[in-house]
Amino acid sequence: MITQGKRSAVSTVQSQPLRLPAKKGSVFKHLLKHKVLLLMLLPGVVFLLINNYLPMFGIIIAFKNINYVDGILGSPWVGLDNFRFLFATSDAWIITRNTVLYNFVFIILNLVFAVSIAIALNELKNKLAAKFYQSIMFFPYFLSMVVVSYLVFAFLNVEYGFINKGVLSLFGLNELNWYSEPKYWPFILPLINLWKGVGYGCVIYLAAIIGIDSEYYEAALIDGASKWKQILHITIPLIRPVIIITTILAIGGIFRSDFGLFYQTTLNSGALYPTTLVIDTYVYNALINMGNLGMSAAAGLYQSLVGFFLVLGSNWIVRKVDKDQAVF
Amino acid sequence: MTNNEISKFTNLLLHLIFIILTITCLLPIVLVFMISITDYDTIVLNGYQFFPEKFSLEAYSYIFKDYTVIVKAYGVSIFVTVIGTLLSVFISSLYAYPISRTDFKYRGIFAFLIFFTMLFGGGLVPWYMVYTQVLDLKNSVWALIVPMLLSPFNVLIMKTYFQMSVPPALIEASKIDGAGELRTFFRIVFPLSLPVFATIGLFNTLHYWNDWFNSMIFITDTDLYSLQYLMYKMISQADYLSRNGALIQGSATELAKLPGETIRMAMALIGIGPIVLAYPFFQRYFIRGLTLGSIKG
Repeated sequence: MITQGKRSAVSTVQSQPLRLPAKKGSVFKHLLKHKVLLLMLLPGVVFLLINNYLPMFGIIIAFKNINYVDGILGSPWVGLDNFRFLFATSDAWIITRNTVLYNFVFIILNLVFAVSIAIALNELKNKLAAKFYQSIMFFPYFLSMVVVSYLVFAFLNVEYGFINKGVLSLFGLNELNWYSEPKYWPFILPLINLWKGVGYGCVIYLAAIIGIDSEYYEAALIDGASKWKQILHITIPLIRPVIIITTILAIGGIFRSDFGLFYQTTLNSGALYPTTLVIDTYVYNALINMGNLGMSAAAGLYQSLVGFFLVLGSNWIVRKVDKDQAVF
Repeated sequence: MTNNEISKFTNLLLHLIFIILTITCLLPIVLVFMISITDYDTIVLNGYQFFPEKFSLEAYSYIFKDYTVIVKAYGVSIFVTVIGTLLSVFISSLYAYPISRTDFKYRGIFAFLIFFTMLFGGGLVPWYMVYTQVLDLKNSVWALIVPMLLSPFNVLIMKTYFQMSVPPALIEASKIDGAGELRTFFRIVFPLSLPVFATIGLFNTLHYWNDWFNSMIFITDTDLYSLQYLMYKMISQADYLSRNGALIQGSATELAKLPGETIRMAMALIGIGPIVLAYPFFQRYFIRGLTLGSIKG
């Protein structure tokens, strides 16, 4: 994604040897020459230092027993105790499993649906209708998770919800306690995620499909290839780079989750934690509700570190697949 | 082009599938709308229905009877969205432009400085402490604006756009004509890059409007509740309505009759409101922005 462009790479390589002799003077001259550009960068740099780099020093909280009297620096060091406590509970296993499994299911489901829908949209004869369908399917992406939690609540509310009152009771079935039964959520959450995100994925794949040269299809038609064969042997192989990149990037983020989805739509119901607690919501709950700074920071660091290596790993794979698509 | 169209039957079948899909996308919103205009007693009796037996606009009249809470929340949301969007687009473009300039020797360092934050972070706890203890922004409207000012992803999109759409020769020419960097940026680069400014602006508008997380962790002062956070409070605390209702009505007898369920759903619709209106406009730019992002990798 971060492509410097061939032009720039060449110009830096060529210009560097010329500048080497008068090293120190040229640095200042260059800084002075670009003082306005540097000034433009200033607000962003200040933001990054405060918002992103300062918290990195806060990592030490994970190795301390924080108390408010001594402050962050004065509190006693406890080594890896916070991590030991975290991994000694069953929580560490549950949140890791949930985070990874949900993300895995989300990646597969969203990919299959978004690609299929994009291909089907592209085949529709009536382009105006196709545009209309696409617009409507994109709509849920624009809603906040709070609004989504209301929509889910309207269906699943135990006393009045549409599923209990309108569907189950109609068939004479027992009403279900959706917000206290963990076993339903591994099905509900992927469904919500798909409903909200499929329109977004669809746009990306549709853009890739539209970019395919129509000559491929004309040639295939002359060879007598059926529509199905064209999809299988032209469309899918040609949008494969986009599929691979989005998937690998998603794998890089497999240790992070959509906080809103897991917190809002479940109404943060404690009874559901066995199947709904993920690392992000765990860290939040430990911080705000339990006030356990050390363990919360330890879980956060665990997430950041594993996430870091996952991103590096997936980037390494992208590099192997297609060098130009690598992020760095 | 010879006939490479799908058969009439397949076409019909696909339309049928898409009609079902689009209905699925809209159904939840229709349900919430129907609940909001249902008579409260009907809900207690039959639950939430798509076609209630008795309609009532009671929920809306309750909401508008004492509208200060909602108007305040709307005010906070609008303020945060407008100021946040303007500031974040400004700061993002000021960051993206220098690192898009190939003649700027230190662009690599600054690009690394921002893109490294995509890889590694200190985590929620230290981040929270920076905002509450170092910057002391708890219960400040700036706590809703500052955290979302600069996103590496937006800078990436802008940087790519500047590189693709503004030829270096043009910048060179502008400088030869005696224009300074700022003048070049505002007079040459900005007009040539309007689509990406619009795309990022709309991205940010949506993020600011839909944000509730920052309110949740930084705001306890009811005067600073954003609309999304007010809605979150209403769904997360079953008793919030009745407590708030007591404030509104000031009498316990009235409170017993408060149509809580319908008020909730009416609030949800009021919260969606502006997005629905802006949606057709939003969508065009979003699709353009997304397409741009996906083609460039």
